[in-house]
Amino acid sequence: MVQTLGHITIGVVRDLGRTGWFLLYSLYMIVRRPGSFVHVLKQLRFIGTKSLFVIVLTGAFTGMVLGLQGYYTLTKFGSEGMLGTAVALSLIRELGPVLTALMVTGRAGSAITAEIGIMRITEQIDALETMALDPFKYLVTPKFIAAMISLPLLCAIFDVIGIYGGWLVGVKLLGVNPGAYFYEMEKSVVWRDVYSGFVKSFSFGVIIAWIACYKGYYAGHGAEGVSKATTESVVLTSVIILIWDYFLTSVLL
Amino acid sequence: MITIRNVHKSFGAQKVLDGLDLDIPDGKITAIIGPSGEGKSVLLKHLIGLLQPDSGAVEVDGESIVDVRRSELNRIRDKFGMLFQNVALFDSMTVFENVAFPLQEKTTLSKGDIRGRVISALEDVGLNNIENKFPDELSGGMKKRVGLARAMVLNPKIILFDEPTTGLDPIIKRAIHQLIKDTHAKFGFTAVIVSHEIPEIFDVAQNVAMLFQGKILQHGTPDKIINSAEPAIRQFISGTLDGPIQMMR
Repeated sequence: MVQTLGHITIGVVRDLGRTGWFLLYSLYMIVRRPGSFVHVLKQLRFIGTKSLFVIVLTGAFTGMVLGLQGYYTLTKFGSEGMLGTAVALSLIRELGPVLTALMVTGRAGSAITAEIGIMRITEQIDALETMALDPFKYLVTPKFIAAMISLPLLCAIFDVIGIYGGWLVGVKLLGVNPGAYFYEMEKSVVWRDVYSGFVKSFSFGVIIAWIACYKGYYAGHGAEGVSKATTESVVLTSVIILIWDYFLTSVLL
Repeated sequence: MITIRNVHKSFGAQKVLDGLDLDIPDGKITAIIGPSGEGKSVLLKHLIGLLQPDSGAVEVDGESIVDVRRSELNRIRDKFGMLFQNVALFDSMTVFENVAFPLQEKTTLSKGDIRGRVISALEDVGLNNIENKFPDELSGGMKKRVGLARAMVLNPKIILFDEPTTGLDPIIKRAIHQLIKDTHAKFGFTAVIVSHEIPEIFDVAQNVAMLFQGKILQHGTPDKIINSAEPAIRQFISGTLDGPIQMMR
């Protein structure tokens, strides 16, 4: 019993150490050897451009549902003119960064884990090592850089589309004054709100690349190992994003 | 010369290498034979630092590759090329890109020179006009040849072959063995081949080492191994069911 507990504790500490080392080494490699521009561009296309459709779609419907819910809540207080503020602040401060990160985790994070995991089990990573080449330079750092650039941009697009989604429902369907929608929003949203959203989405980009690459890099054996790593990657990234979001919000508020 | 001294390696409770000693001479083809699951590939990965021993020494040309800095290990790895059991071609790259990759990353050659070297390396392994194909469009034998071309393209001093003919038909097996012999004769590299191919491997290798129970049971010329009195070697070569290897299972 004590021995089993000891083994589990050692395993957990070892995994935590390895995970932390992975992040530190990745950040070190970004500074030291960021990889070729072409590799980064390819990853920008994969993580950023190819996520656009899902971000636009979810952004639009999130804004629309915020418009709907916000309208029915605000009319109870006769404050439907504040709808633009409610939609914009919810999106910019919270929903934009978090939902963008969760969407990118599902679409790109899982694929990154599967790709690196397959390279691990088919010895392609070992092949890089035998050529005296650091696999981080080719497989990890370009993904980190691309995720750190893509997430804030995707989040900005999510926010804008969401604000117009709220406008569509609030102004066009439910008759809120269009001037009030944008005027109140402009008055209430300050740079600090935008900044906090930017900081969040940037850090979520790091988390997505970190966990996705780590889980793939240390994937277990065979197809089952890759499948398990992919599932764990998506679940763990989503959970860490939500927990980290709480801590960041409490600091940035 | 690669020197392995008293190397121990375990995975959990399973002891794989148990005080293994072996000298691999320069410029010759050394085959490591032995039953499946005895740790031949594990031994091969120790030679290039993909695995580190629990204890013991591995030296390449007198330089240790155990517990050394990554930059130091990479400097020594520049002497090596490796053909993996499953070839390990980069599946998102074409044949050309696979063979060109080490040249692009490790040399300052121009695009034209790289193209020339790649075409020449592919011709050396008997492949023409497949540069634009992806690995999954190739047969097993062709993949092995592309892997060999990639391993050889930087003219390494040492090439490691991890079961280069596994899963191939007898004719392609013979062709791959002949290819290894021919390229070795042409370039003179040190070759280490992990193989199950009995008796063909005796025709390819100049030295043979039999791995059994985590140690090198016997090491010498093919004739010495073929005529060995060791029961495990005799059983392995003859492929009979009765003997010490069977008793292990």
